[in-house]
Amino acid sequence: MNDLTLIRKNLFRKKLRAILLTLSILIAFLIFGVLGAFYSVWSSGGALAADNRLITVNRINFTVSMPYAYWNRVAALDGVETVSHASWFGGYYQDPTQFVQTFAVDPETYLEAYAELTMPADQREAFLTTRDCLLVGADLAGQYGWSVGDTIPLLSNIWQKNDGSSSWEFNICAIFDAEDDKVPANYAMFHYDYYNEPLAFNQDQLGWLIINTTDPALNDQVARAVDEMFANSPAETETTTEAAFNEAFANQFGNIALILLFVVGSAFTTILIIVGFTMVTAINERTGEIAVMKTLGFPAPRIFRMVLSESVMLSLFGGLLGLGLAWLMIAAVAPVAAAFLPGLSLPSSVFWVGVGLSVLLGLLTGLVPAINAQRVKIVTALGKQ
Amino acid sequence: MTSLYTLTDLSKGYTRGKESITIFEELTMTIPEGDFMAIMGPSGSGKTTLLNLLGGIDRPTSGSVECQGVRVDKLSEGKLAKWRSQNVGFIFQFYNLMPTLTAAQNVELPLLLTGLSGKQRKERVATALDIVGLADRKGHRPRQLSGGQQQRVAIARAIVADPKVLLCDEPTGDLDRKSADEILETLQLLNKDLGKTIVMVTHDPSAARYARRELHLDKGRFVEQVQEPAQ
Repeated sequence: MNDLTLIRKNLFRKKLRAILLTLSILIAFLIFGVLGAFYSVWSSGGALAADNRLITVNRINFTVSMPYAYWNRVAALDGVETVSHASWFGGYYQDPTQFVQTFAVDPETYLEAYAELTMPADQREAFLTTRDCLLVGADLAGQYGWSVGDTIPLLSNIWQKNDGSSSWEFNICAIFDAEDDKVPANYAMFHYDYYNEPLAFNQDQLGWLIINTTDPALNDQVARAVDEMFANSPAETETTTEAAFNEAFANQFGNIALILLFVVGSAFTTILIIVGFTMVTAINERTGEIAVMKTLGFPAPRIFRMVLSESVMLSLFGGLLGLGLAWLMIAAVAPVAAAFLPGLSLPSSVFWVGVGLSVLLGLLTGLVPAINAQRVKIVTALGKQ
Repeated sequence: MTSLYTLTDLSKGYTRGKESITIFEELTMTIPEGDFMAIMGPSGSGKTTLLNLLGGIDRPTSGSVECQGVRVDKLSEGKLAKWRSQNVGFIFQFYNLMPTLTAAQNVELPLLLTGLSGKQRKERVATALDIVGLADRKGHRPRQLSGGQQQRVAIARAIVADPKVLLCDEPTGDLDRKSADEILETLQLLNKDLGKTIVMVTHDPSAARYARRELHLDKGRFVEQVQEPAQ
């Protein structure tokens, strides 16, 4: 027997109470783990962004287009290595509920800009040379069961052709993926010309520019030069780093970090109050036993440590169970969610922050009972028996 | 006989609101090593308070408590805890065993404060339980034992670290006559055979007869009565 035996025995002396406390802590950390994993994927755009990549959008809003001519004008600026462009197609497959994230791009420069996208050489060549080719991300292809050689129609909920149709027919000639699981492979792209030529309106317009600078140190200079070039024009621009653009894109749905903080914070505050109060009650019930231990010669600091350890052990136990359950749930959901949340997993950073939080929760909830236990007056406590 | 305790001008009182209450004043006495002393007296006479002062779990208002040259009343809380673990064994009226621990684990508790190895602790626990006749109940939890058996476990816990003195506060107060006699015989055995000094507070005159001497505490003063211990 050692102190750990005593701590363990005290912790589980009332099994129902211990189980309920563990469950409440488990739920808090389950929420933390799952939301942390979602947030990690949500915010990974910034981390995945290249240092030297800038995005230029219409100053009004990134959904408002800009003239096609901007592409060549930006390419001529000092410090610009390559420029590509993309336009939002807003496609769906067969039914409006089957949303397919699709962009019309300049194939050659787009694949130069996003060198992290990988595909077999023959498929790459096919995409570059085939006008009606649809280059599909592996996750998206998996979602709809598409493979190279398939012919599919995609309909746009924004654009119309001259003939009044909103349907573009595509030949899937290439499927891309990326080595890093977090690089999205849940969208598709096709030739800008194939999209632009039959358009009934908004012809010769671009959605946004993707600029690769020759040196990340030149980012500010290039961004300023681009925006100054189009200042006071009908389509003024705003150029930011890709990381800032991705973050702004994610935040259009609301301040996700703040929402997460609020949800997790509420769960933790509730648990802190419940566990803290229960621990105080549990230690008060044991005042007599603590007095006996002191009588036997257990020094006050040792009793303080034992009570605090009890609380930390409980919190750590519940926390690890919660994080473990979160890991299992995320592992089960990840394959299904790959199309819209690529690379969904419980990051080690979230896991370790969770472990740290569970220790902190244990320390906070155990502090008051530990101080109370340390201060137990032997004579008074024994006299109450 | 060498004296184990020397109490000099010992006073203890407390305040309740604005009122000062004196329990006893200027008690002076010695307790020789190997003594078995019963302290009797009416409720509120200060018997338990005196026991607490001897055990270093309470401090006197004035005067001194000296045990083999150590001024117990002057020790810091930390040193006092260590002193108690090495010198004093406590036996309470309501046994005060840890309900979650087995009999053996309860007895082992004071040994966690020593540097003994697990094996040595196990041996000591076995010996202590053997002395009180409960070797076969070492795996039982307190609620699985009778009152008398629980008190014997408490005695084993009190003697396992081999203290010089056993302080017993109404050790038979919660027991039937037969169990009480068994406990008192065990205490007598510990006194006679193992040389433990025992100070026992009791209300029960028949329990007091097991001691070598009785001290009556009344109105803050001692009246001694030496007797032949009961057989």
